[in-house]
Amino acid sequence: MTTTTPSSSPSSSSSPYRSTLPENGGERGGRGGFAHLAHAEWTKFRTVTGWAVGVLVAIVLMVLMSASAAKGNTGGNCVNGKCQNGPSNPTGPGGEPVADSFYFVHRTLDGDGSITVRISSLTDSLSDNHPDEPAPAPGDAETWGKAGIIVKSSETPGSAYAAVLATSGHGVRMQYDYVNDVAGDPADVTPADPRWLRLTRTGDVLTGYDSVDGVRWDRIGTAKLTGLSTSVQAGLFATSPQYSQNTQLLGGISSRSYASTATGSFDHLTLQGNWPDATWSSQALGDGGGGQYAVNGGTYTVSGSGDIAPGTGLKDTAQLGVAGVLLGLMVLIVLASQFITSEYRRGLIGTTLAAHPRRGAVLAAKALVIATVATFSGLLAAAVSVPVFDRLWPKGALYIVSPLTEARVICGSALLLAVTGVFALAVGTIVRRSAIAITSVIVLMILPYLLATGSLLPDGAAEWLLRVTPAAGFAIEQTIPHYFQVDDLYQPAEGYFPLAPWAGFAVLCGYAAVALALAWHKLRGRDVSA
Amino acid sequence: MRYALHAEWTKARTMRGPGLLVLAIILLTVGLGVIVTDSAAVAAHAAAGAAGTDGSGRDTAVLCLSGVQLSQAVVAILAAQAVGGEYSSRLILVTLVATPRRLTALAAKAGVVSALTLVAALPAVAISVLAGRLILSAHGFAVPSPTSSPELRAAFGSVLYLLLIALLGLGLGLLIRDTGIAIGALLALLYLFPLFAHAVSNPDWQRHLEQISPMSAGLLIQNTANLNTLPLSPWEGLAVLAAWSAAALLGGALALLLRDA
Repeated sequence: MTTTTPSSSPSSSSSPYRSTLPENGGERGGRGGFAHLAHAEWTKFRTVTGWAVGVLVAIVLMVLMSASAAKGNTGGNCVNGKCQNGPSNPTGPGGEPVADSFYFVHRTLDGDGSITVRISSLTDSLSDNHPDEPAPAPGDAETWGKAGIIVKSSETPGSAYAAVLATSGHGVRMQYDYVNDVAGDPADVTPADPRWLRLTRTGDVLTGYDSVDGVRWDRIGTAKLTGLSTSVQAGLFATSPQYSQNTQLLGGISSRSYASTATGSFDHLTLQGNWPDATWSSQALGDGGGGQYAVNGGTYTVSGSGDIAPGTGLKDTAQLGVAGVLLGLMVLIVLASQFITSEYRRGLIGTTLAAHPRRGAVLAAKALVIATVATFSGLLAAAVSVPVFDRLWPKGALYIVSPLTEARVICGSALLLAVTGVFALAVGTIVRRSAIAITSVIVLMILPYLLATGSLLPDGAAEWLLRVTPAAGFAIEQTIPHYFQVDDLYQPAEGYFPLAPWAGFAVLCGYAAVALALAWHKLRGRDVSA
Repeated sequence: MRYALHAEWTKARTMRGPGLLVLAIILLTVGLGVIVTDSAAVAAHAAAGAAGTDGSGRDTAVLCLSGVQLSQAVVAILAAQAVGGEYSSRLILVTLVATPRRLTALAAKAGVVSALTLVAALPAVAISVLAGRLILSAHGFAVPSPTSSPELRAAFGSVLYLLLIALLGLGLGLLIRDTGIAIGALLALLYLFPLFAHAVSNPDWQRHLEQISPMSAGLLIQNTANLNTLPLSPWEGLAVLAAWSAAALLGGALALLLRDA
């Protein structure tokens, strides 16, 4: 008996059957190109109800978790270790929380002008907490006492300023608007080696100079204080932040703080320009408390405590906005691992590879689908949370980061999800067992982070963990800068990563790339059913 | 019940997985504990020499037993795999045909998983404590007697902690029925609470989060000193974890009873 195909034309009965689909894979290819393959994988992902629901739930939970992290932070009102229950911290011109307390000896300056002074000594004294707890000797403590000349737009804490100052141990510096710090002459001021300081105002530009002899002047830097009013307050100041002595203990750090007072002696004070006040007024600005001022002939002695600096040790808006990413990460690790391991469990992998014999391309298509889903959900969650919470949080309790940093954190957290998803997929392909894949990826990503921030490990070990494990990738969410001019505990437990944001992210990418290469190698070389 | 137990034991005995996991629990607990204790001791010893203090700070028991934070993930695999594996291979149908009283089957499974966890946790904790003591005294730190009651509470409490984690995993496994998702859910439950508490700066929130977190509260049992600074007393903390485990087991039992296998 012969079989004939009713629909085929008589002329084709002699030639063998050929698929009517266009041939574009050649000898190596399956049917269709990579787009086809990616579409097939996308369909697999999309049509598993549990996974689709999982992604949606993850997005919602990420937003909710960020929201509650934000809510839990409104009570925090601490700047540089000093917490208060009353009004918020002052905020600087950039909207960031700042410390602004110092002893201010000032006069009104109308229009352009300059102030020049010679500073002949600066001493920092630490006070004992009580007789049992004596303060460290001045030589042992690296304090940050400051005294010098300052031009400030008003007496309101947080207002714009520029200052040229001598420090204890860090040379002459020009600082302005809290976050900016430019180094001048690095030598310290002593009575034998005094230093001349000058601050010149031209419009809203302030220029700082220093000199060893009052004749040859070196320009330190210029500051543009936008919108500076014609009439400003200018004069002498002194301040010194409390000193923290940190000691490494068995599984923790003990920190003791000592109040500190800086005293500066000035002479050869010269003013140029229009200074309408007849005498100097003096006051302790902010909540720094004490301070005093005395004139003896041409010598002015000013002492004060506090700090004029950016606030540290604070949470920031962007970082909290992506707090929920941790939860999304967990969901994604599970989904990405299951995306391949469930094929092995159900034997679907045989069908997949029969349909698409190029195994490397199958892995690439799966990685593409996971990465796309992760990026999309991460972007959606962070793009909702971060800008909304930026507005909800009270000023002065949290850091406000620049829009560029904010964009980096939002995109970075989405990329973090994507790369972790690809990593989990690769590990799942290598071990083919969801239990082991999920556990190892979660333990590699989350546990080092937990151990490093839990203050159980000493600083060195904690930083090492955040350099070499995939948890280094979390550095992409780092936003709070390490300010040289503020002495603080810049350690993982306080949210400071040892690697720069993109460097840390590169470590995670390295793990994902190695795992993916190994997965590709295994998938190609291994029998499907083995 | 005896037959059910015997059947479960045979399943566990004849598979390669559980034995390897028991070994992994012991190795990881001791390994991480030794690394953490040693690095902390080296750093504190160096600082103590410089600052002239005795360097003692954190509870030594917490340091020595810190490996539990890692090995609990393996306990999670052990427990979730015990039920998840039955569902993925459809062996559950055979099990329930052989033992139609489902609660009996559950009790037998819980018994075997608990026994395996104990077999892993007892030597893991004992070796961790002894190794930690050796390291600490080698660096010149005073270590309290291992038979004093707070030290014993920390050691036996850690064994109980791992046991409760296993039961929590078993309950979640029964509810979720997929090994991978159950493990993901359990590890999220354990690891996310402390990280979330860390992200929050309000001390009241932090304290409350630590009080309800199964891991943070449960591990309070490892504390031996300064108990009044803890969010909960050690036993209260372990009771919080026990409540989580009981709730998960109850949910799992109901799911097993009411749902079609």
